[in-house]
Amino acid sequence: MDNKKLKSLISSAGVPRLIIGGFFLVLLFSAIPLGMDIQGLLTNLLTRVGMNGILVLAMVPGIRSGIGLNFGIAVGIVGGIVGGLISIELGLHGWTALLVAILIGVSLAAVMGYLYGVLLNRVKGSEMSVSTYVGFSIISLMNIAWLVLPFKSTAIRWPIGVGLRNTVSLQESSGVVLTEFLSFTIGKVVVPTGALLLLALCCFVMYLFLNSRLGIAMSAAGSNPRFAQANGINVDKMRLLGTTVSTATAAVGIIAYAQCFGFIQLYTAPLMMSFAAVAAVLIGGASLSHAKVTHVIIGVILFQGIISMGLPIANRIIPEGNLSEVIRLIISNGIILYSLTKAKGGRANA
Amino acid sequence: MLNKMKSYIFDQKTILLFIVMCILGTAASGQTLSFIMREVLTRLGRNAFLVLALLIPVQAGIGLNFAIVIGAIAAQIGVFFVVYWGFSGMTGLLLCAAIATPLAILFGYMIGRLFNNMKGSEMIGGLILGFFADGLYQLLFLFIIGGIIPVNNPTLIISSGIGVKNTIDLTGNLKYALDDLLHISVLDGFSILAAVAAVLALYRLIRHHRASFAPRNNSGIGRCYLGLLAVAGVFLLSYLPALERLLMGTQIARIVLLDLFTVLAAAAALYTLYRLVRHFGSRRKGKEAFGLCLQLAVIGVLYAITYVPLFEKLLLGVVFNITLLSVFTLLVLAAGVCVFIKLLGTLDSPGAVKNSVQLAGIAFAYALTFVPWVEKLLLSSSIPVVTYLAIVLLYLFNGRFMKTVLGQNMRTVGQSMSVATASGINVDRTRNIAMILSTMFASWGQLIYLQNMGTFQTYGAHYQVGQYAIAALLVGGASVHKASGKQAIIGVILFHTLFVVSPLAGKNLFGDAGIGEYFRVFVSYGVIAVSLALHAWKRVAKKEGSPLAE
Repeated sequence: MDNKKLKSLISSAGVPRLIIGGFFLVLLFSAIPLGMDIQGLLTNLLTRVGMNGILVLAMVPGIRSGIGLNFGIAVGIVGGIVGGLISIELGLHGWTALLVAILIGVSLAAVMGYLYGVLLNRVKGSEMSVSTYVGFSIISLMNIAWLVLPFKSTAIRWPIGVGLRNTVSLQESSGVVLTEFLSFTIGKVVVPTGALLLLALCCFVMYLFLNSRLGIAMSAAGSNPRFAQANGINVDKMRLLGTTVSTATAAVGIIAYAQCFGFIQLYTAPLMMSFAAVAAVLIGGASLSHAKVTHVIIGVILFQGIISMGLPIANRIIPEGNLSEVIRLIISNGIILYSLTKAKGGRANA
Repeated sequence: MLNKMKSYIFDQKTILLFIVMCILGTAASGQTLSFIMREVLTRLGRNAFLVLALLIPVQAGIGLNFAIVIGAIAAQIGVFFVVYWGFSGMTGLLLCAAIATPLAILFGYMIGRLFNNMKGSEMIGGLILGFFADGLYQLLFLFIIGGIIPVNNPTLIISSGIGVKNTIDLTGNLKYALDDLLHISVLDGFSILAAVAAVLALYRLIRHHRASFAPRNNSGIGRCYLGLLAVAGVFLLSYLPALERLLMGTQIARIVLLDLFTVLAAAAALYTLYRLVRHFGSRRKGKEAFGLCLQLAVIGVLYAITYVPLFEKLLLGVVFNITLLSVFTLLVLAAGVCVFIKLLGTLDSPGAVKNSVQLAGIAFAYALTFVPWVEKLLLSSSIPVVTYLAIVLLYLFNGRFMKTVLGQNMRTVGQSMSVATASGINVDRTRNIAMILSTMFASWGQLIYLQNMGTFQTYGAHYQVGQYAIAALLVGGASVHKASGKQAIIGVILFHTLFVVSPLAGKNLFGDAGIGEYFRVFVSYGVIAVSLALHAWKRVAKKEGSPLAE
């Protein structure tokens, strides 16, 4: 009897999640005997959770509406970046700069997300490969744009030479108001309260949205399109809604990311960001056809935990080379592969 | 006719678009044509094998195989150990292949198994698998080599003793191991190609003639053609330097033996031609052809007369700054072309017409190489023969393979897995074989790539292999479910021309090479995005159009 219970517990948690969670715990407990700076590691973890959480959250409406893993959040990321740059260009400061960045970013991303959703409705069944390459294409197209866009601010543009900087500092505009907001220290652990609050707020709003009439209709369209159609739900419209919300959330996500980082990164930096977000939500327990807000929170803590805490420890054990990068590659792509093999028949609209 | 042309242009729109971009880019780059040709030929030799490795999975319905990265990884493991053990040259390269091939077969089998578990998502799966394998590869090269496998070589290993260095110089061991076996100029390569193509076209033409003319006199016609070929062959022999010297050195009654030989060959050819033409006379339509052939022969003789010194001197007299000779030559040429076209009209099988046109095209292309400008261009660079031969072999293999039982099964699986299962084909096994072949070819392709590059970027050489190979294939007009060797070759040429010229064009047009570089990266991503989207779009539209849609 007990055995059965254990088995069902394991299957509900998922084997890879248990392995990753176990790995994380082993690394965590080996930190003390190795004499690592635990408090520094915790600070790092909290910052990273605040940094990446909203980007991971952007996966949820996509999965719910039936488009699968939205590798194309790059579309929203680009919108957010443009929003951030415009707010710097306007010479705004502090909270106004942040809010204007979010406002412009979200509206740009929503428009682009809608168009992108129209495309995804035409390619049902192959959304993931198409969205990956749409994401890659838009990032590489923006690489050209960063060279020719007529921004004037010297914070954005190289003082000499052509085009915009690789990293644009937020120092002179919004600064890092978000992470500093209500920030406090326990011992030596710095808690970036503002960023975590924003993440919590976004999660809460997302939760409300998903449980609203509209959100439930959208989930129904995603999990069983024919049933939803029979009940008078316009499946294509719901998919559009999910894609748009996902893309717009990604715009907020990249702005929060930049806040915690202190810089906006241009050019190829956002190329692989969607993969990290996809991996995190899968580690948290989501599948290609189902995702919850709790998956986001668990996932981002586990995934970022391994990168921010586990890997300095691993590097202590094997000092040479950049083991963290390698482990990140293996874990994040391994989990995506695993969930692709598990998606048999689960692919919506296949 | 107009509609046909329209649909042709629509079908070939990708190629046409890229041809226009290449021409514009070349013009804007301000580079000499010989520079661009040299670059593109180098890149063709370097990349074509990898692109051809993509074809089999497309036929098997797996789509664009992003996982060829893993074949490249197998090759790179081989290269590392061969360099470490100190082998070089052709031995080294063969040893690399000996290590890489079993690895690639094993990996290919594993990929096949994995893909069978994610049918329908192979492309995104392959892409992710490539990244995943990259992680494992880095684990092997950064930590296990030196860390667990003891390797002691300061030129290969990072100074701490663990992990392989960023770049491994292949100069002196594997660089040009295959390329340097044999080089010929592009002109020679082109001539050989033209000759092979001409013989092929002639052979087909003969077969058509045998089918359409005088069925009773079959053997006679065949013998005439054979005779013509033999005369041509013997005449070609006189170009052998040793024989030429011999013939030039001997005089019989003040005529150089070579000239005598030439005249004899021409006479023999004429006689055979005459007999051939007589065979045509046996049908009503044939009579017409007979007359035309006769006209052609007369024109030929007229032209030949201009080589008689007396006439030549006479004709070289100048009329309005143009020598009479060139006027005469042009006239004769025009008459020849007219008669040839008329002759085509009398052929009743479309295949024969096609082959005749091909022959004329080959002759024209070959004649072009006598234009000094073209000749200089073609002499300016050389071809690594063995590398190109390897590419040709894979090209032919892909074509042949699809005609075997296994290949036919693969095509069936690619069209519909349920139909394949119903007709007793083991779908999973067939798909595994496709992946094994593709991965194996990819590993060989990566060996060709690395020996040509001459430096082995340990952590970067494989990274973009799938990306660029797939983009090249798609530029050639291929799609997710349909790709041919021809498209692969055209695609490599166009894609890499664009790759060579775009930074230079960017620099000339915008004063910044960066724009051109980002542009080519955008093209490589964009062409894949568009192609994937179009494919999915068509599939959805088809599904919705059919009454059996789910």
